[in-house]
Amino acid sequence: MRAEKGIFHKIDWVLVGLYLALVITGWLNIYAAVYDESHRSIFDFSQKYGKQLFFILAALILALGILIIDPKFFSQFSYFIYGFFVLALVVVIFSGREISGSKGWFAIGGFGVQPAEFAKMATVLALAKFLSSLDVDIRKGKDLLTASAIIFIPALIVLLQHDTGSAIVFFALIIVLYRAGLSGYVFLALIALPVLGVLALVVPKIILAGALLTLTLLLLLFIKRRLKNILTLGAVFLVTVGFIFSVDYSVNHILEKHQRDRIHVLLGQDIDLKGTGYNVNQSLIAIGSGKFFGKGFLQGTQTKYNFVPEQSTDFIFCTIGEEQGFLGAGLMVALYTLLFIRLVLAAERQRSKFARFYGYGVASILFFHFTINIGMTLGLLPVIGIPLPFVSYGGSSLWAFTILLFIFIRQDSFRYQLV
Amino acid sequence: MERLLANRKYIIIGFFILVGALFLVRLFYVQILVDKYILSANNNVLRYMTQYPARGLVFDRFGKLLVYNEAAYDLMVVPRQVKNPDTSALCQLIGITTVEFRKRLERAKQYSPYRPSIFEAQITRENYGYLEEKLFLFPGFFVQLRTLRKYSFPVAAHTLGYIGEANPEVIAKNPYYKSGDYIGISGIEKSYEEILRGKKGMKIRVFDVLNRDKGNFREGKYDTASVAGTDLHSSMDADLQIYGELLMTNKKGSIVAIEPSTGEILCIVSSPSYDPNLLVGNIRKKNYALLLSDTIYNPLFNRALMASYPPGSTFKLVDALIGQQEGVITPDTRYGCPGGFSIGNGKMVACHPHPSPLDLAGAIQISCNTYFCRVFKSIIDNKSYVNTRTAFENWRKNILSFGFGKKLGIDIPNELNGNIPTANFYDKYHGKNRWRSMTIISLGIGQGEIGITPIQLANLAAIISNKGWFYTPHIIRAIGKNDSLNQAFMTKRHVNVDPSYFDVVIEGMSLVVTAGTARGAKIDSIVVCGKTGTAQNPHGKNHSVFIAFAPRENPKIAISVVCENAGFGSTWAAPIASLMIEKYLKRKVTRKDVEERMINGNLINGKLPESESGKRDISQD
Repeated sequence: MRAEKGIFHKIDWVLVGLYLALVITGWLNIYAAVYDESHRSIFDFSQKYGKQLFFILAALILALGILIIDPKFFSQFSYFIYGFFVLALVVVIFSGREISGSKGWFAIGGFGVQPAEFAKMATVLALAKFLSSLDVDIRKGKDLLTASAIIFIPALIVLLQHDTGSAIVFFALIIVLYRAGLSGYVFLALIALPVLGVLALVVPKIILAGALLTLTLLLLLFIKRRLKNILTLGAVFLVTVGFIFSVDYSVNHILEKHQRDRIHVLLGQDIDLKGTGYNVNQSLIAIGSGKFFGKGFLQGTQTKYNFVPEQSTDFIFCTIGEEQGFLGAGLMVALYTLLFIRLVLAAERQRSKFARFYGYGVASILFFHFTINIGMTLGLLPVIGIPLPFVSYGGSSLWAFTILLFIFIRQDSFRYQLV
Repeated sequence: MERLLANRKYIIIGFFILVGALFLVRLFYVQILVDKYILSANNNVLRYMTQYPARGLVFDRFGKLLVYNEAAYDLMVVPRQVKNPDTSALCQLIGITTVEFRKRLERAKQYSPYRPSIFEAQITRENYGYLEEKLFLFPGFFVQLRTLRKYSFPVAAHTLGYIGEANPEVIAKNPYYKSGDYIGISGIEKSYEEILRGKKGMKIRVFDVLNRDKGNFREGKYDTASVAGTDLHSSMDADLQIYGELLMTNKKGSIVAIEPSTGEILCIVSSPSYDPNLLVGNIRKKNYALLLSDTIYNPLFNRALMASYPPGSTFKLVDALIGQQEGVITPDTRYGCPGGFSIGNGKMVACHPHPSPLDLAGAIQISCNTYFCRVFKSIIDNKSYVNTRTAFENWRKNILSFGFGKKLGIDIPNELNGNIPTANFYDKYHGKNRWRSMTIISLGIGQGEIGITPIQLANLAAIISNKGWFYTPHIIRAIGKNDSLNQAFMTKRHVNVDPSYFDVVIEGMSLVVTAGTARGAKIDSIVVCGKTGTAQNPHGKNHSVFIAFAPRENPKIAISVVCENAGFGSTWAAPIASLMIEKYLKRKVTRKDVEERMINGNLINGKLPESESGKRDISQD
C-alpha cells in the first residue's frame, strides 16, 4: 500500500467537473429565476441566489471534508450511519417542522434540514455494505428480503412524512439489486409496467395490443424457438395485454380522485388549466417558448413573472428551457446523462464490491431524481415534487447530493488501494 | 457469473441513455415543433394595449366647436386571468348583478379567453376612482382610457350622426376594427369615419402572474403610436342651425340652407329631432331604442334627405325655365286664366281669382295654375319631338339636370333619390301610347307622381340664384386645416337651361315676395326671391313649402322650408324661410312678432292657431 499523496490524489476530475458544471448552472439559473430589479447582485445574501452561493460554498467544504476522511470509514460505519438516519427519520415525524405539506424538516439555525435527503445516502451505504458482504447472494430469497428491507424501511418512514417524491426515489436502488444479480425479468417488468400503463391510457388499446403482438412475433424470430420459450412469450403477451385493458379500469375505479386528476393532467386529458394542470401547463409554456436558442439569460418572461410555480426548486428546469432554449436544456440533459454513464463506468472499475455497489447506488438515486424531475416539468410524469440534483435551490438537498457523490469519489480515488 | 453480471452495465447505461434521449425528443417537440407554447407564453405576460387616437373634432363655419371628445374609462377583462374574484365586490363597484357578471364573463370568454374585451364600457370618472384603488384585487381586470363623443349643441343630430361599437359584421369585413372599437354609424361620423378615426396604436406591456404591470415589452421597441384623427371644418352655421330647430319646434318638416356660390350647406334641420348627446356612451342603446320606438314623431327619420314631397307650385319655376329653353314660351307669353285649366271630361285644375292674362313673371308672382299647365302642355306637345314619349323623355332629362330624381351625392349618408317618373312608368300605368300631356298635366304644377327631397328643393333655389349651375351640396367644407377645401365637391354642375332664361324667373320670384303669394317673407333692406308651394298630401293636411334665395344680387343663401300638414306655403314655410334668411344675413332677427308666432306654432297635433285656420278656401299659391 502506498501512502496517501494529498486529498486530490487519483481524484476523478471528470466527475468533479460535471458536478461543478451542474452546481454553477444551477446557481446562475436560480439567479435568473428569482431575479429582481431591486436586487441585481448575484451575491445578495438576502435573495435565494445569494443563499444558494452560501450553500454551494458549504457544500464544497463538505466535499473537501469527505475527501479527507479515510474511505474505509464509510464502509465500516455504514450500518451505523444508516441506523442514525433511520432514527432521525422517525424522530422528525414527531418533532419536525412542516414545510409545504411535508413533515420531514428539522430546523437548524434558521435553515431547514431534511433528513430524508441524507437517508438516501445512508441507505445506499447500507445496501452497498450488505451486498458486498461475503455469502450474500441476491438471488437467494432471504438476502433479497434483507436488501429490500434496507431499501423500503426508510422509504416507508418517508412516505409517512407525506413526502411521496422522496419515498419513490428509494425504488431507484432496484438498479443496484439488478446489477448485483436480481433477475432481469423482474427488473424489466418493474420498468416496463409503468411505461405500458401510461401508454395504455394514451394510445388506443387496440393499437397498443397490435404493437405488442407485432413485437412478440418479432421476438419469436430471434429467440430459440423451443416450446418453453414460445409458451413464456405467449404468456407474457397475454399478461401485458390483460394489463393494458385493466389499467383504464383501475384508474377510473380504484384510484382516489386527486390521483386520477394528476394522471389525467399528465395525459393531457384534463383541460382544467387553472387547477390541477396549472403547474404542468405553465411549465410547458415556459420551456416551449424558449424555442431553439432561448430568450437569453434573464430574459425569460414566464419564469421571471412567476407564472411557473416553484421555479427555483422543483421547476428550475423551466428557467433553463425558457432562457437557454433547446440548446441549453438539451445540453443539461446531456450533462446529466454523461454524469450517470461516468458513474457507472467508474463503479465498474472498482475492485471493492462495496465501492462498486455504492457507485451504482449514487448513479441510481441521481438518475431517478433527474428522471422524475425533468419528466414532470416536461409533462411526461405526474407532478411529484423532488429537486433536480445539484441544480435546484436548497441547502439540504445540495449538501446531501454532494456528500452522496463525494463519498463515491473518495472511494474511487482509493480504488487501487482497497481490495 | 460475475462477468455476466458486469455486462448488465450496458443495459443500465442503455437505460440511462434511453431516458436522456426521450427527454431530448420531448424537448424538441415542445420547443421546436409546436408553436402553441410560445403563443401561450406571450398571452401570459404580454398585454396588447390598443392606443386609441383622439377622434377628429368638428367645427362650424365660424370655427365654433361642434363635436369633441371627453375622457371615459372602459373596464376590460381577460377571462383567462380572472381568478376566483370576489364577484359581489366587483359587481357592487360597477353596479351589476352577479348573474349579469357571469353572463358578461361568459361572453368575454367566447370572444377570446386571453384577449382583453370590454366588461363595462365608459365608467364615470368618480366610479373609476374607486375602481382603480381596488382593481389589484381582481386579476384579469384592468381599465383602459377611452374617449366619449360629445356634441356642443343639442342640434343637428341627423347631420352629425353618432358613433357606436363596431358590430360583428363590420369586424368580419374590415380588419381595422376589433371588438369594442368605435365606428361612425350615421351622419358625418359615418361618411367621414376614416378621416375622423385616425390610426390606432399598440402598446405592449408585460404583466406578471398577479396582473401587475411590469413595464414596456423590450423597452417599447414593438410599440406603435396612435395617430390622432383629422379635424373637419363644417360649413354649418351653428347659430343658424340652432335657430332653425327652434323655429321648427313642434312642427314636422325640414329646413335646408345652402350657400349658392359654393354648395356649402349652412344648415339642415329635420324636425322632430333629438339631442345628439342622447346617443353617446352607455346610454346610447337605451335611448336609441326609445327614439326608434317613437313611431309618431319618428325623430330618427332625416326628413331633409329622405322625405320626398311633391314640390307643388315651387316646380312652376322649373316649368318656366324649361319652357323657355324649349322655345315654347318667352317672358312675354300671356295666357288667360278662366279660373282653371280644363283637362277634359268636365274636369279642371282650379286656379284662384287673379288678374288675367298674365306674362311669365306675373304668372310666377301669382302662381297661376292655368298658366303653367299650359306651359307644361306646350313642352310635352312640342312638335319638334316625334311623339309625346320622346318629348317627355327630353323633359325628364332636363329635369334630372337640376339634380332631381337622383341623389345629389352629398356627404351625409342615407340621402334618397326622390322621384321623377319615367316614360316606362306611364307606359305601365296607362298603357303604351295611351298617355298624353293632359294625362300627366299635374306634373306641371308639381303634383302627382313627382317626389323631391328638401335638399333638392334648396338646391333648386341655389341653381336659380346662380343662373344655371350648382356645386353638389356638402356639409364639410374643409378637411384638416380650415383652408384645405373638400376636394370632393369642387366640380361645377350645369343644368340644361341657358343662363339668359333665369332673369325673368328671378324677377317673378322677387315679385312673389314683394307683391305675390309670399309677402310674409319680405325683409326690409334685403331683396328676397322666393316661391311658395303646397305639397299635396293624400294622408292629411297639405304640406307648406317655400324656397327662396337672398339677396337677389350676389346671393348668399338659398333655402327650402317644408312644414308638414301646415297648409299653404305662405302661412308657415315662407315666414320661417325669411326669418332664417334674416338670421343668416343680419345675424339677428328684428321681426320678433313673426318669430314668436312661428316658434309657438304647434303643427304636430294638427292644431293651428285660431287666426290661421280655415281663413282662405282657394289655393293662393
